[in-house]
Amino acid sequence: MRSASGGTTVEEPVAELTGTAAAPWVTIVWNDPVNLMSYVTLMFQRLLGHPRPKAESLMLDVHHKGRATVSSGTREQMEADVVKLQTAGLWATMAQDR
Amino acid sequence: MRPFRRRLGRYVATFTAPEASLVSDLVDQVRHLLAERRSDGSDDPLVALTGVAWGPTRSPQDAAVARLLPDFSAEDPDLSAVMRSLREPELIAAKDQAAVALLDSLPRGGGTVRLDDATAQAWITALNDVRLALGVRLEITEDGDADLPGPHPDAPAAPRDPDGPVDGLDGSGEDEDPSRAPMLATYRWLSAVQDSLVTALLH
Repeated sequence: MRSASGGTTVEEPVAELTGTAAAPWVTIVWNDPVNLMSYVTLMFQRLLGHPRPKAESLMLDVHHKGRATVSSGTREQMEADVVKLQTAGLWATMAQDR
Repeated sequence: MRPFRRRLGRYVATFTAPEASLVSDLVDQVRHLLAERRSDGSDDPLVALTGVAWGPTRSPQDAAVARLLPDFSAEDPDLSAVMRSLREPELIAAKDQAAVALLDSLPRGGGTVRLDDATAQAWITALNDVRLALGVRLEITEDGDADLPGPHPDAPAAPRDPDGPVDGLDGSGEDEDPSRAPMLATYRWLSAVQDSLVTALLH
């Protein structure tokens, strides 16, 4: 899953300057059989600051597709997100978004 | 157990004495697993030289500990090794902090628990770590379970029929372990406790 801002066909210089459109790193959450769906949703809201509808839709992506990209940004930001999510027991990894 | 509800800005539940000691024993066991892992890393000569708490670069051998402390990268072992070494000590510390916050707010001998928001967050984190470790011990994996309706077999934990299909465990029933049934019951009960608190926090 990729966020809509991950598309590269549209030039968005402002977003690029702030590092959101050209974000080179992503945080991925993988499906696992133990974490409760409600818990995953709550953690996406609390730890990543996603609004409820986005948190739910990302949780469903994890659930149905096996994984979802839950945030993007600098490497340091993704390190911090992975640490937060792993602290909460979510199966999170980081990757360079090539 | 009276499951968690939100009441006057607090998250309130009641545990019997055996339930309270079960929860604290399990949380202690997870703390021990993590403490063992932490001491694995401390014989690194770099720690002695620099005084900095570097973590080990390799994944834990114990599958339960490995689930609590997963690799940072799915495809880059070098990145995983570096990140583990840098970040594992703080991950263990954060998990331990949550476990201690739970233990500090759980009345010994049972009784009513009243949690503020921060302590509630610590509780769901610590309960989740126990469930993750139990899930590994119980070999709850979706891969072995083609019969499963979905990847989250335990999601509606509370209303689940105890005689219903034993998610995932049916397939591996050839090695009947007598400790499995009570462990599975504990796992489900913890799922119900956690779900009640998560639901109270979501609404």
